[in-house]
Amino acid sequence: MIRGKQKKDVPALSTSSLPDIVFMLLFFFMVTTTMRETTMLVKISLPTATEIQKLENKSLVSYIYVGRPNDMMRGKFGDAPRIQLNDSFRTAAEIGEFIAAEKDKLNELERAKMTVSIKADEATRMGIITDIKQELRKAQALKISYISQRVLSY
Amino acid sequence: MAKKTPEVNASSMADIAFLLLIFFLVSTTMNVDSGIMRVLPPMPEEEQEEVEDLVHKRNVLLVFISANDEIMVGGERMEIYDITNKVKEFVMNPNNDPHLPEREEKEIDILGTYPVSKGIVSLQNDRGTSYEMYVKVQNELTRAFNELRDALSQEKFGKKFKDLETNTKKAVSEAIPLKISEAEPRDVTKGGK
Repeated sequence: MIRGKQKKDVPALSTSSLPDIVFMLLFFFMVTTTMRETTMLVKISLPTATEIQKLENKSLVSYIYVGRPNDMMRGKFGDAPRIQLNDSFRTAAEIGEFIAAEKDKLNELERAKMTVSIKADEATRMGIITDIKQELRKAQALKISYISQRVLSY
Repeated sequence: MAKKTPEVNASSMADIAFLLLIFFLVSTTMNVDSGIMRVLPPMPEEEQEEVEDLVHKRNVLLVFISANDEIMVGGERMEIYDITNKVKEFVMNPNNDPHLPEREEKEIDILGTYPVSKGIVSLQNDRGTSYEMYVKVQNELTRAFNELRDALSQEKFGKKFKDLETNTKKAVSEAIPLKISEAEPRDVTKGGK
């Protein structure tokens, strides 16, 4: 009789592995989530390309954003494409200063490997990009990358 | 003693968690930026003369993108899809055409002597060219060189270029150097440089 009663009770499940699972999830998201350091002031839809290379060392990369001001900024800055460095709109002439500041953050060895990645909207005209390129040449930041979106084929 | 409420069977919790984990693993795109890598030429010194004359005309392939995104390669209008083949033919010069670039025998580690092309692709654009078209053309040019490197790697080592080891990779990139010159800006609307 006693035996029968015992059989009806479902034995409690050990939940000791649950924390492991939760931690695993937590670590996964901690690792993959990238904190966005700069707030985007411009709207960018990247051009597409197939023959692209990944930017390897993130600490050696400086970003230059080019595009039309986004909806929040349009009232203030108009609709013409602009250059964004860090958190504000800048002119091409200020790129030299920006590069110098970025170079200061790196040590001697790393400076040679510094890459400037140009994140520009596909509708931008080349005039503004050419100005940027000329400024980069003046500032001796010669390694650049035209950031694009990977597609398999056209 | 009151009747025990049976505990909920939680053994499937782990399965659910794993399912979630796998779902996020698959759906999360690691946002690593990638792009077309280029090295800009250094700014010419004040006293430096134009060196263009030193380069033989046959060694230069001019690729020009107009303000209306039309492409001109070596003097003729061309569609974007034809650029790769044109550039490949230009660089390799398979029939020793005197109008195509010379090839100079060079000693390269591992590969031995290899006729290295002296060809340079000169990419020019207007200030009104769209960035989209510019990147597309850059992409096609890169594709041409990548395909040539792949072909050579396949022939010599039986592997694709990207699968080669560092030293063989270096040898192949030396044999087929990526010579794309992003020329000084030209402003057609204002007439000349």
